[in-house]
Amino acid sequence: MIPRPFEYHAPQTLPEAVALLGEYGETAKVLAGGHSLLPMMKLRFAQPDHLIDLGKLAELKGIREESGTLWIGAMTTENELIWSTLLQTRCPLLVEGARQIADPQVRYRGTLGGDLSHGDPGNDHPALMIALDAAFVLLGAAGERTVPADGFFVGTYETLLAPGEIMTAIRIPVPSLATGYCYAKLKRKTGDFATAAAAVTMRLAGGNVEHVRIALTNVGDTVIRAMDAEQALAGKPFDTGALDEAARLAMAACNPAPDLRGDADYKRAMAGEMTRRALNTAYERANNPARP
Amino acid sequence: MAKKTMVSFSLNGSEVDVVVEPRELLIHTLREKCQHTGPHIGCETSHCGACTVDFNGMSVKSCTLLTVQAEGAAVRTVEGLAEGGTLHALQEGFMQEHGLQCGFCTPGMLMRAYRLLQENPDPTEAEIRYWMAGNLCRCTGYQNIVKAVQYAARKLRGEAVETSHPLIEADAAHAH
Repeated sequence: MIPRPFEYHAPQTLPEAVALLGEYGETAKVLAGGHSLLPMMKLRFAQPDHLIDLGKLAELKGIREESGTLWIGAMTTENELIWSTLLQTRCPLLVEGARQIADPQVRYRGTLGGDLSHGDPGNDHPALMIALDAAFVLLGAAGERTVPADGFFVGTYETLLAPGEIMTAIRIPVPSLATGYCYAKLKRKTGDFATAAAAVTMRLAGGNVEHVRIALTNVGDTVIRAMDAEQALAGKPFDTGALDEAARLAMAACNPAPDLRGDADYKRAMAGEMTRRALNTAYERANNPARP
Repeated sequence: MAKKTMVSFSLNGSEVDVVVEPRELLIHTLREKCQHTGPHIGCETSHCGACTVDFNGMSVKSCTLLTVQAEGAAVRTVEGLAEGGTLHALQEGFMQEHGLQCGFCTPGMLMRAYRLLQENPDPTEAEIRYWMAGNLCRCTGYQNIVKAVQYAARKLRGEAVETSHPLIEADAAHAH
């Protein structure tokens, strides 16, 4: 319950935050919503000497659409995602996913950027971002770079974020209205991390699957893009045989860690089942696009 | 030990100044420095919600917030719910509908429901359960908490509520 002592910094500007992170290096951690970092500090799994709180930086907040791209500030909270009428109409997968994250209080504080930067395979946003073909804006002393979500997550708590870098924004190409989507998450109870979950986007053309993306949560060291399953579906009719094959290939891509949520076989089977459910729902939605 | 800093915030409408180490959690400041011991601690993994307070218009778990982050904030705890000795509709609802037993989760439940009903004055039962999911209760089984929130929602919307609790009846009679 009691974190180790540390020094607290509340920069008023983004350059100031980057400078502080550069100054204190590995001894510093960036504090966003604090709902992964503080719990780890309370258990003394993490013991930084400096916390750099991004809470005062208004430029890291907000959700807007800019010429076909959704721009979401990294410090935007989960509840702000859920309540965004722009996202409800333009990117409903993100809203459906955020509604399955944690609980109301945690969602008032926890941020999209923090969920992604944490690099926990149990977090939900990595799979959602890969399904949505998002990109992340990273700012460091040397300047800004943008990296795709697919490839950003390299291991448990490991991402492409370099020392001294802060994720400032998330960019998502606005999915067409005919994009089917689903986030199917199996969990033991509200607020738990997934036993297994699947994020899917899908578009159809002439009765065939024109585009499909499948990303799996918490069934490996990091989020897994089920590319073999995607390739098995692409360009073909979506029927029972195709669905069975996609679920089988998604399961083959998994490498789950056994824990209290189940052993590896159970999690792998559930990843297949979540893939199946997410694909079915995405297909129905692609066939019946919402009319905002 | 890191240097202590002074933090000023509003607590139930009154300005307070506290001197804290950066690592001090808001729940400890509220309970130990401000003597507001209504908010409770039921876990160390941010699950139970017994420490929930209203913070700048948000329900937050004060065990997962540093007091230094509260600089300039408006904080409301269960002690600030009643006005002039008159219970808030939620406090009345929890009493009328038997929405508490041991009372340990109740301050957090009340503060979460306080914000929920401002965001959604007419929630369905499913919405109440979903948007109260950050608060655990060992005693009630939640059923009567749902009824208590529904009671408060009706009263806050200006609709008729049925009271049978002797204290509420006496209070209502006194008011007329």
